[in-house]
Amino acid sequence: MTLKRADGATRRDVLIGSGAVSGALMVPVALGASRSRAATPSALAGNAWLGVDGEGRVTLALPKTEMGQGILTTITMIAAEELAVKPQDVKVTIPDGDAARFAPIDQGTGGSTSVRDVWQPLREAGAKARLALVMAAAKQWGVPVAECDAHDGAVVHKPGGKVLPYAALVAAAAAAPLPTEAPVRPASSYGVIGKSHRRLDGDAKARGTAEYGIDVFVPGMKYAAIMVCPIFGGKLAGVDEAAARSVSGVIGVIRGDDVVYVLAENTWAARQGMTAAKAQWTADAAHSGAQHAAIIGAVTAALDKPGFVAATSGDLDAARVGAAHRFSATYTQPFLAHATMEPANCVAHVHDGQCEIWNGTQIPSDARKAAATRLGLPLEKVTLHNRLMGGGFGRRLEPDMVERCVDLARQVPFPVKLIWSREEDMGHDWYRPAYADRIDIAIGADGKIAAWEHKIAGSSIMARLMGPAFKGVDDDAVEGAITPIYPATARKVTFQQQESLVPTGWWRGVGPLRSAFVMESAVDEVAHKLGQDPIAWRLSHIEDPRARAVLEMARDKSGWGEKTAPGIGRGVAVIHLWDTYMAAVAEVAVDKDHQISVRRVTIVVDCGQAINPSGVAAQIDSGVIFGTSAALYGEVTIANGRVEQSNYHDYRVLRMNEAPVIHTTVIENHEKPGGMGEPPNAVIFPALANAVYAATGKRVRALPLQKGLGTA
Amino acid sequence: MAVTLTINGERRTFDAPPEMPLLWLLRDVARLPGTKYGCAAGLCGACSVLLDGMRVFGCQTPAGDAVGKSITTIEGLTEQPLGKALIAAWNEVDVVQCGYCQPGQIVAAASLLKDNPKPDDEAIDSGMSGNICRCGTYPRIRAAVRRAAEIHAGEKA
Repeated sequence: MTLKRADGATRRDVLIGSGAVSGALMVPVALGASRSRAATPSALAGNAWLGVDGEGRVTLALPKTEMGQGILTTITMIAAEELAVKPQDVKVTIPDGDAARFAPIDQGTGGSTSVRDVWQPLREAGAKARLALVMAAAKQWGVPVAECDAHDGAVVHKPGGKVLPYAALVAAAAAAPLPTEAPVRPASSYGVIGKSHRRLDGDAKARGTAEYGIDVFVPGMKYAAIMVCPIFGGKLAGVDEAAARSVSGVIGVIRGDDVVYVLAENTWAARQGMTAAKAQWTADAAHSGAQHAAIIGAVTAALDKPGFVAATSGDLDAARVGAAHRFSATYTQPFLAHATMEPANCVAHVHDGQCEIWNGTQIPSDARKAAATRLGLPLEKVTLHNRLMGGGFGRRLEPDMVERCVDLARQVPFPVKLIWSREEDMGHDWYRPAYADRIDIAIGADGKIAAWEHKIAGSSIMARLMGPAFKGVDDDAVEGAITPIYPATARKVTFQQQESLVPTGWWRGVGPLRSAFVMESAVDEVAHKLGQDPIAWRLSHIEDPRARAVLEMARDKSGWGEKTAPGIGRGVAVIHLWDTYMAAVAEVAVDKDHQISVRRVTIVVDCGQAINPSGVAAQIDSGVIFGTSAALYGEVTIANGRVEQSNYHDYRVLRMNEAPVIHTTVIENHEKPGGMGEPPNAVIFPALANAVYAATGKRVRALPLQKGLGTA
Repeated sequence: MAVTLTINGERRTFDAPPEMPLLWLLRDVARLPGTKYGCAAGLCGACSVLLDGMRVFGCQTPAGDAVGKSITTIEGLTEQPLGKALIAAWNEVDVVQCGYCQPGQIVAAASLLKDNPKPDDEAIDSGMSGNICRCGTYPRIRAAVRRAAEIHAGEKA
């Protein structure tokens, strides 16, 4: 795979509607309504492209961005399978927010949607391209199409022993009408899909030669540091410009309403200048007096409001009559920062009525639009050079880095690289909302779930993005909660929006993560209350055979039921989210000082067809460790209107010596692929909470777990 | 103000104050962006470089402290036998995800293996715990460090 940047290609490369561009074959990939959340979904016949260029190389341009999840490798494998080439020979273009190239679909990558969005249309496009090449060869040879097939970048006529490489066929294939229908490769013939393939971007990243947004160098570029008012909603009151300018290398100080920038010849000078500038801030009492306990208290109190109904079936009151057992509990989950390894950054050059941006973004379409809006420029005057991301996790679905950078760049005559300090990055994130959930479960005399009521309260990201179109239920926040794997006679799920001054945004796992922690904690509590084994109780309710299968296998592979030493506990969770089934058994140890360590995690996944099993396993390692960091330690707190955490010393994340051993089993099948970016992160939270209960007898209903045990 | 350093075997003079941390000198002045910025507080290890063969945090090391010493960045390390063994192992084990922390991880691993050519898991955990990976590649890094040790030992044998 060559990472070909969108900005390196000319518009002629993707002349829409012609199919043929200077002898190249271009097949539209009809991506349907994207489920990524940050923009209005829409569908079009062709909003992504699979092609074969004049040299016979397979080219791929899909609106999916790489933030570590391995999507470029995965989509390349799918294309390579249909076109019978090696994945490393496919040329992939990173999306750049250009609506003509990918229009009008939004170019967001999130919500574990990529493979689910791409799987069918990409294979169909590949099959059409393959058939077009096969037909061109058959025509040239005067043989039946059925006797020809694609193999290793060429079309082969087996009976006649003839071979023609794609390069020799592409012009003829492009000149002929594109086949309207072509059968995709059957699973029985897969040579690439389902076989582990090394990441195509791994070598360059390991060597340090891959270019992330923060690595961009533009000739004539200056460097800048940023400080935004640490109190949400506050303003800049003063800054010691002279002191900043006295730092060697500093070339300027630029003030904004709520922000100060220091420009310099290098980042170090800019940072030193910022320290010297001693920015002063002002905020009204409502902001500067905002305290954490009151914010969380308001979220929890919002559960007492009726809420907006997200799902309802049956009659709750009637179902509760004669219940044998009643269980009710309230759970809270904190604000979380993304803390991507690559801090927020952006490079921009505003000149001559146009703007060039270099940024690693999960949502190039919004990043480009944000710059145009901010600068009052027509969209076509804004060029985005999308770069690799040093972690996304939802953080890079917000275009604020671009907005802040163009605010600065429009005031200077040179390109500028703006880098957030770690402290700025952590203090001005779009935080995972703090949530409160109350769940009320009634068990009937028959042992079945008679009534299940689930109330959810918290900030609504969808409300922010939808504006007036928002009608009260945040479809993301309730996801998972409205489709539980536990049948109930009557059910009601409600959502109540409760905002604070803390800005909120997408965080790996999004709404379903919140739902999974609450639901899988609650059923665990019910099982224990009834004196039943948590897995046996779950299996006595779950009907979906795939959910049962992953849970049974996790039980069998984890040593579940074997005796544990004092202070050791195992906890289970099972989910069906993002079209993926996953079960986890976590084994934790809690020492006499109440310190939790996670020893072993067993994961069983049925994600349908695993396209790259190594990539699936990597996402499991990733989600388990990312989720364990947050479940044990993750919490952003507010004091006097500002975030209290600043760097990795007070926003603790797992290190290698704390990482559990992870045993992963990927169930092999050919079902439609499910998402893999988020399920492991969602399943691990409740598995850990349930393990901590098993180890200590203490049920932690307010995350993070370590704080819940009385120590942080 | 000028500072003269030996980076990846090459003596170079830079227009930079000696108190500038190596991290920023390498990235912005020497234009070697493989050394990454993560925390500037010695907490994450993304800026790891070798100073006379031992890992230091570039964000905590003033350029002046490196005068007269040999600085090896990821760009130079990958040209050396140990670096090549590490890259081969990293690729074989398919370690990388977002990849941002990986140059620092590989520099830390080089320092560990120079000190302890056959580390057990405990030594790997302790040698690598100064480096944070938010993608959670730790299990594969463990395996890759073991594999790199094998490859490197094989080459020397």
